[in-house]
Amino acid sequence: MNGFRPRGLVIRTPDGVAFSVPLAGPYSRFLAYSIDLMAVTVLNMLLVLALSPLGLLGGDIVGTLATLGYFLISMGYGIVLEWFWGGRTLGKWLLRMRVMDAAGLRLRFNQIFMRNLFRAVDMLPAFYLVGGMACVLSRLNQRLGDYVANTVVVRTPPAAGFSESLLGAGKYNSLREHPHLEARLRQQTAPVEVAVATEAILRRDSLDPAARLDLFAELAEHFRNKANFPESALLGLTDEQFVRNVVDSLYRGQTCQANHS
Amino acid sequence: MIVDVGRFAASETPYWEELEAMLAALDRDVARSLTLDEARRMHYLYQRAASGLARLSGFPEDHVLRLRLEPLVARAYAEIHETRSGQTRFSFVAWVTRVFPATFRKQFWAFRLSVGITLLGVIFGAGAILLDPPSKDVLMPFSHLHGDPAERVQKEEKNEDLRLGGMHGRFAAMLMTHNTQVSILAMALGVTFGVGTFVLLFSNGIILGAVVADYVRAGEGVFVAGWLLPHGSVEIPSILIAGQAGLILGRALMGWGTRKRVRARLRETAPDLATLIAGVAVMLVWAGIVESFFSQYHEPVLPYWVKIAFGVLELNCLVLYFWLAGRGKGARP
Repeated sequence: MNGFRPRGLVIRTPDGVAFSVPLAGPYSRFLAYSIDLMAVTVLNMLLVLALSPLGLLGGDIVGTLATLGYFLISMGYGIVLEWFWGGRTLGKWLLRMRVMDAAGLRLRFNQIFMRNLFRAVDMLPAFYLVGGMACVLSRLNQRLGDYVANTVVVRTPPAAGFSESLLGAGKYNSLREHPHLEARLRQQTAPVEVAVATEAILRRDSLDPAARLDLFAELAEHFRNKANFPESALLGLTDEQFVRNVVDSLYRGQTCQANHS
Repeated sequence: MIVDVGRFAASETPYWEELEAMLAALDRDVARSLTLDEARRMHYLYQRAASGLARLSGFPEDHVLRLRLEPLVARAYAEIHETRSGQTRFSFVAWVTRVFPATFRKQFWAFRLSVGITLLGVIFGAGAILLDPPSKDVLMPFSHLHGDPAERVQKEEKNEDLRLGGMHGRFAAMLMTHNTQVSILAMALGVTFGVGTFVLLFSNGIILGAVVADYVRAGEGVFVAGWLLPHGSVEIPSILIAGQAGLILGRALMGWGTRKRVRARLRETAPDLATLIAGVAVMLVWAGIVESFFSQYHEPVLPYWVKIAFGVLELNCLVLYFWLAGRGKGARP
């Protein structure tokens, strides 16, 4: 079941639980940075507009505030947003990314501060060449600022809801007519096999039609060999429907038994 | 283990939502600390979510439930297992009076090294000017330093440049931002195992040594002291502290004197680096103001002894600050 996701940060907790967090790649990070650069430019333009009425008081005041304002916006944009917005900037938020501690711990202010200051080196000699190269070569897609601050940029995919209807809940399942074979099927099936079948159903709409037919034919053949259901139970079932019924039987077995009892 | 995913999700969702709400509340207020009951409840919810994630271990990495649970467990893990000192509300006064000077003293070895590298540069620059005066054009990057020092002094004292033409504020802002950027670079170049920081400090020393030697050789030692000391007594230590931070980083990357892994070393030093460079930025604000509004005035407007005395006073205050401030209880950064 490998290959679904690009490189990720795997964290193993002292409780023995492992979880992985998908890392943002160099390309998406560059896109996010481009958006942030535009945001900084817009903020600076707004600053100039806001300061223009002060021109009446003298050019020195406007020049002083504009110089300091530009510096503070450029340096502070990433620091302030990432600190107060859970590791996000506008670009990261739009592209569903955020900064997190490389060990999975709570992000500290000094980490955000340092990773943003180190843009001074990451930007060298031009167009983020040093940072980009470091990001490409790093196992955790870290630029130098991330490396020093012990941070990573991770993707935060939208939380998808689990829909039982995708598995065909509530529909007639001919395999249910043979509880002893369903029990055998459950006994013979490993979790990872159920997971493969479930994922195939959940992803059916994203698959190429020919690939979908091949995939479900292979899965159906695999599950047919585990329990020899009679022809009457399989009559008129496509490979895909058979796999749906198998998953439904496996997932819902305990519930049904509980209801019957 | 095969789980009834639908029932599992339905039964666990309220707990996950409760945990999400607790984490969101902590995110909104970084200085908030949990009560004992809240901490217990969060620990229970974390363990329940982690246990749920373990039950899904046979499922693919991008299964919908794993995609929901993994970020949740990750965030809760960060809260539960964070053992570094708690996030407290930032106090600028406490930071200035305790944290910054204490951090400086804690890493004093790097400051000494930073001073040593700069002094090497000063000796090299001064020696080059004294032994080979025509090398001035190469050693000094600014064109206004290429001319004859005596002519420059005469021009400054005659007030021919109208004292910045009333643009003191803008000049001060430019100095602050430029010097802060140079300081950040001096620290960040420590990522080259300190080599970049070394080069920057050494080259700064060369320029400083060359300028001072050039003016002293021309018999304008008092002018150059009155010109540089008011702002230089803060600006030069600022660059040295930035170099100190870069050298600390270089050492952390090399791992001299410790068996800890590089990530652990960087994790330990990052707060010190952040403190030092933030302190440098504050110092450079003062240096920029002094350079623009004070250093640019010369005799007869401002006697040189006043400027020199002011610079010496600043330097003494700075030494006393770093030596004494934040000592005693609670001084540890």
